[in-house]
Amino acid sequence: MNLTAVAAIYRFEMARTFRTLAQSVVSPVLSTSLYFVVFGTAIGSRIDEVEGVSYGAFIVPGLIMLTVLTQSISNASFGIYFPKFIGTVYELLSAPASFLEITAGYVLAAATKALAIGLIILGTAFFFVDLTILHPGWMIAFLVLTCLSFSLLGFIIGIWAKNFEQLQLVPLLVVTPLVFLGGAFYSVSMLPPAWQAISLFNPVVYLVSGFRWSFFGVADVAVGWSIMAIAGFLLACLVAIAWIFRTGWRLRA
Amino acid sequence: MSAILTVDRLTKTYAGGFTALDAVSLEIREGEILALLGPNGAGKTTLISAICGIVQPTSGRVTVGGHDTVTAYRSARALIGLVPQEINLEPFEKVINTVRFSRGLFGKPRDDAFLERILRQLSLWDKRDQPIRSLSGGMKRRVLIAKALSHEPRVLFLDEPTAGVDVELRRDMWEVVRQLKEDGVTIILTTHYLEEAEAMADRIGVITRGRILLVEDKDALMRRMGRKEMRIELKEPVTRVPQALEPFGLTLEGEGRRLVYAYDRQANRTGIVRLLTALQEAGLTVADVETKQSSLEEIFVGLVKEEVTP
Repeated sequence: MNLTAVAAIYRFEMARTFRTLAQSVVSPVLSTSLYFVVFGTAIGSRIDEVEGVSYGAFIVPGLIMLTVLTQSISNASFGIYFPKFIGTVYELLSAPASFLEITAGYVLAAATKALAIGLIILGTAFFFVDLTILHPGWMIAFLVLTCLSFSLLGFIIGIWAKNFEQLQLVPLLVVTPLVFLGGAFYSVSMLPPAWQAISLFNPVVYLVSGFRWSFFGVADVAVGWSIMAIAGFLLACLVAIAWIFRTGWRLRA
Repeated sequence: MSAILTVDRLTKTYAGGFTALDAVSLEIREGEILALLGPNGAGKTTLISAICGIVQPTSGRVTVGGHDTVTAYRSARALIGLVPQEINLEPFEKVINTVRFSRGLFGKPRDDAFLERILRQLSLWDKRDQPIRSLSGGMKRRVLIAKALSHEPRVLFLDEPTAGVDVELRRDMWEVVRQLKEDGVTIILTTHYLEEAEAMADRIGVITRGRILLVEDKDALMRRMGRKEMRIELKEPVTRVPQALEPFGLTLEGEGRRLVYAYDRQANRTGIVRLLTALQEAGLTVADVETKQSSLEEIFVGLVKEEVTP
């Protein structure tokens, strides 16, 4: 295994984060803080508790999930798309590194960035709301698994994209609506029964629900389903990436 | 010299049916400089890309240092360095970081002393902390070479390394290539500047329409295929070639002041003595005589022309 290659890609990608600190870290933290101020403090103060949790605290896991999902996807998709765009991908394709090693380098870097941002946002939340975390171990596990699996999805999007518009297409038109409709700001149980049933087809519901359970012990779906959903998603992404590297789809002529 | 790279019936046919490489077979000897010549779209870059793993060949086999590029791709690729035709570099990254990245990507542990040697050799050491976007085109090409050399390859592909580079820098680059050869690196060079191939290569390969036309020792090729010309400057101009000189197939140039005689240097009888005698008998006074060996460029153009119009 070429672990040196994994480390080289990881370091190179992390260096990009530090070069663009304002864009990579400050910007998502600032926009999420605005959500806390508007939805949590201003509007939330006039909303009753949800599932026995103050609304300000209730939206914290959803907000973290929203940022972590979008950051994982955008970091990983940009990470592999940029070498394609500027032509440096030749180096990756001609290196003595397997698909697993190249993917690991990019995905671990993207997941690290998303995880760091998620934790910073969590830290920021303590300034706005009273928050306790019932299952901190599970909270970290959900966060890490989400960062990894959505970084894998982002990596696939980066390979698929032929231009910058396509790069933004899935995050903006698919992921963001799924997160907003996935119970980030409400409990699925607050919806009419028909919409509750439809919501169960949204994979993000399982992520938000599991993550919220780790905070407050309340969930829209059983926590076991959440774990299985995220593990299944991770596996599907890995299979897709293995196929991409085997066939050279959108990478090799 | 033993072969460090063998290409055996390598074929690449794209989905649209276009065959970019048609059963190409080639052997590269360790330590040599092979110049691969061919017109645009001949398949030079496709061949390099297929060897390096950037393009998936349809069929055929490649080995580098005895390692198959498919079944033992790690060992094979570790021996190869590639300088691409385009200046493909991360514009915001520092020179030293991008070179370090390349070394790591190829599985080599960090070795700043080695990288310093390469950067100094390529006159890049003073620019190591500069972002790549601030460098000139020629310096960027050097960064590409530094990246390709960073993992100590034994085979280096230079895909048109001097395209768009000014004359002075091109000659600097030739010096770098010569130095690499002295260090024992095998070099495969594609170029449009035939003067470059003539100046540096040990062997010449000509590829056109995806097929290798020939691979031959440069000097032997120029001896075998090169024609020599004798240019005879006349003291007084003539309006036509005198009848007595017609058997020599002379051409009249320079407003009737120059007769050009093409001959085969390797022939038993070049006809030069007979021609000079015939000139005297025809009453022509010779002012000056010079001979000229046809260049690699002329040989190449002739070869490719023959292939296009058989």
